[in-house]
Amino acid sequence: MEGEQEVLCIEDEHKSSMLQAFRKTIPVMFGYIPLGIAFGLLVTHYGFHWGYSVLMSLLIFSGAGQFLAVALTVAGAGMIEIVLSMLFLNLRHSFFGLSLINRFARTGKIKPYLIFGMTDETYALITGTHVSENAPAPMIYGYITGLNHLYWVTGSLLGALIGQFMDIDLSGLEFALTALFVVLSIEQYRTARTKFPFIAALIAGGLAMIFAESRNMLLISIIIGSLLLMSYEGGRKDA
Amino acid sequence: MLDDDLLLVVLVTALITAFTRALPFLFFSNRRQPKYLRVIERDFPPMIMLLLVLYCLRDVAWDIAPFGLTELLCIFIVAGLHIWKNNALLSIFVGTILYMYLIRSEVLINILI
Repeated sequence: MEGEQEVLCIEDEHKSSMLQAFRKTIPVMFGYIPLGIAFGLLVTHYGFHWGYSVLMSLLIFSGAGQFLAVALTVAGAGMIEIVLSMLFLNLRHSFFGLSLINRFARTGKIKPYLIFGMTDETYALITGTHVSENAPAPMIYGYITGLNHLYWVTGSLLGALIGQFMDIDLSGLEFALTALFVVLSIEQYRTARTKFPFIAALIAGGLAMIFAESRNMLLISIIIGSLLLMSYEGGRKDA
Repeated sequence: MLDDDLLLVVLVTALITAFTRALPFLFFSNRRQPKYLRVIERDFPPMIMLLLVLYCLRDVAWDIAPFGLTELLCIFIVAGLHIWKNNALLSIFVGTILYMYLIRSEVLINILI
């Protein structure tokens, strides 16, 4: 009897986590599927086997990284250039992880997958939304990451297989991701104890937008912003 | 022929991407955490969230009509709606549908010129 109840309880937790995660990831679905379709189209457009589109979305799971990898291969770039470009492009994810070390400390077996699947959007959802009490946080993190991964792979598969026959114009749907970040910024603003991170973001983002290449903008702005945060915090302690 | 090149690139890209994501966890897992990590934990998510909004605007052509007004207007509407109604999905859908309409129509350009 007791064992049965436990099983039911775990099933409930899964159901509730999945539903919560699904609700949170709906905007990502509307962004990832059309972007995935665009990626699948690109892969087959250059004459690569459609399977590469799915393989890359499964193994890499980084929009910008995958587009860049295809572009560099087509351009015949050397391996050193590819390695350096990828390192630079993806370094922002190292900064993401820095703020997740304690949040991920008790996530158990799924921790490697959570780290593997840390895209911009997954990071935004995991740090930006509150988890309700009837489901454990690690499980919700797992479902958020898994669902986003699924949307991305599904889009890539659709784009590679039937993209060229599809006659629907999905352009602009990716604005759902911009809107998601806007909404999550407001949520962050409401709960933030200090508003300085937003000032740092405006200064750093503005500078990077003007002076950095668009491909490197996010990394450069995160570096400038971190320096601003550190000097602000350092200054406050001294005072 | 190109397929083999791509396979190698795929594997290298997958390894580097996973490495950059895992790096902070490898580095800090067995050490005492420095004090600044608490600042990072508290202040990074809000900063990065707003930076991601700005990052979405990286390829806007500010010097060509409608001068980025489509993006700015839609962001303004998403933000206003969210502050007013506090319903994330509603704000995102209204903003996205408006954006999809505006990039297909000449409304903003006609108003401006």
